Amino acid sequence: MRRAIAAILVTAVGLVLLLSFKPHEVATTAQRPAAVSRDDSGTGTGTSGSGADGDTDGDADGGFRRSRDGSGRFGGDDGFGGDRGGEDGESGRTSAGSGSWTGPGATAGATSGDRTVTGDAADTRWGPVQVELVLSGGKVAGVKVLQAPMGNHRDIEINDEALPILNEAVLSAQSADIDTVSGATYTSDGYIRSLQSALDRAGL
Amino acid sequence: MTVPHVSAGVRPAATRHVEHVMGTVFSFDVRHAHGAGDAETAAETAAGAVAEAVAWLHRVDEVFSTYRPGSFVSRLDRGEIGPADCPPEVTEVLGLCEAVAGTSLGYFTARPGGRLDPSGLVKGWAIERASRILTRAGAVNHCVNGGGDIQLAGTAAPGRPWRVGVAHPLRPGDLATVVTGGVPASAVTGSRPAIPATGSGPVTVVTGGDSVALVTSATGSDPADATAGGLAVATSGTAERGTHIVDPHTGRPAAGLVSVTLVGASLTLVDAYATAAFAMGGAAREWVEGLDGVEAFAVTASGDTWRTSGFPGAAPPAVR
Repeated sequence: MRRAIAAILVTAVGLVLLLSFKPHEVATTAQRPAAVSRDDSGTGTGTSGSGADGDTDGDADGGFRRSRDGSGRFGGDDGFGGDRGGEDGESGRTSAGSGSWTGPGATAGATSGDRTVTGDAADTRWGPVQVELVLSGGKVAGVKVLQAPMGNHRDIEINDEALPILNEAVLSAQSADIDTVSGATYTSDGYIRSLQSALDRAGL
Repeated sequence: MTVPHVSAGVRPAATRHVEHVMGTVFSFDVRHAHGAGDAETAAETAAGAVAEAVAWLHRVDEVFSTYRPGSFVSRLDRGEIGPADCPPEVTEVLGLCEAVAGTSLGYFTARPGGRLDPSGLVKGWAIERASRILTRAGAVNHCVNGGGDIQLAGTAAPGRPWRVGVAHPLRPGDLATVVTGGVPASAVTGSRPAIPATGSGPVTVVTGGDSVALVTSATGSDPADATAGGLAVATSGTAERGTHIVDPHTGRPAAGLVSVTLVGASLTLVDAYATAAFAMGGAAREWVEGLDGVEAFAVTASGDTWRTSGFPGAAPPAVR
């Protein structure tokens, strides 16, 4: 009996020593597959700091340039005109293709048993909005905003405030256990539609 | 038109379909027969019903679209044809528009800006009719959401009423309240308050916890009562997609409310009333109080909310 305890002790100490030598390696190999799988299922935007930084820079530049082109667009769009369905090409839009924002739940949701559902891009007055849900066991576990208007400085400011709220809100909408959504506004319009779209596909 | 796809959900088996038509998106959610019946037949029934309803929506678009120069309504507007040359639905809709214009003290009009445009009533009317098509085809438990305006029938699952989130206009993505309904009248008999005098399609509001349930006061064992629990929800807002609601009396954009949500039994009226209520602004509260079977919930420009007396107790869903 004593020998067994001693053996266990030695093994434990050995393990601790072994691990303490390579803590980083263990940590990184454990994390990498998760990051890769998220890339595959998602937007192609890395969740690591460096990747996101690079993307943000690129988008911001493009966005500013496009905002100048598009400055007259709001007047022209201000009516019933550009309202037919969601087929408007993304080309002329002031949007960031990969404004990916990973919600707290999405990290937990990046395991093998989960799936992601991408909502239709919804055209709002300010540009297309698109979200992706991470589903875990039929529940919404996380949200990514794939597209959001980033045409000018104000857009980005609003997004910085609003997108995290949107992500939380989807979760609260999920906890409210709703079947469908009624409502209509420019800012939430596209989002709500997109949520409805994702709900439709997920069959929640 | 695409063929509705069938997806068998984990919980209640459902047939879902999304259709882009009439300048917006229609979501169909048909819950299969609760209880008895074999799943395959239920799915077939639902798919057939949805296909019929979708065909109906496309027909409505062809006849009523103001975007199509060749539609009956466009030609009628240009004076090329008379009402008698149009399908009977056009006369029906124009009659309904006139009735709602009267009830709404002129705040609803089929001629916003002078041109014939009954779109403000057509969508709700088309959705309600689509809902009836589904019921008649045997898909009695369903939700039809046309760009945020909703007609529901039956229940989401046995003993579980439909739950409709009302989007908060000032907190994007958040819900301002939750409306539940579609409860078979018999299921809540014990808990509901005294029913007012019955009219055609009376609605009773039953408070239940943090939500509001509407049921018709119709009771009985008639299978037709499956639709008696019909619930209609429509929201109008400052920023309604493609819509700029103008007070027809002043010609200026409506002010005062950020959004107003009306609930009742018939989406035709509820949707048109929601448009009128939004144009009225704060005065809508008193107006809706005076309407039978319709209740309202509004968010004002300052972020306050109000609800009519029959729409009590609904608090925003708990935010974690």
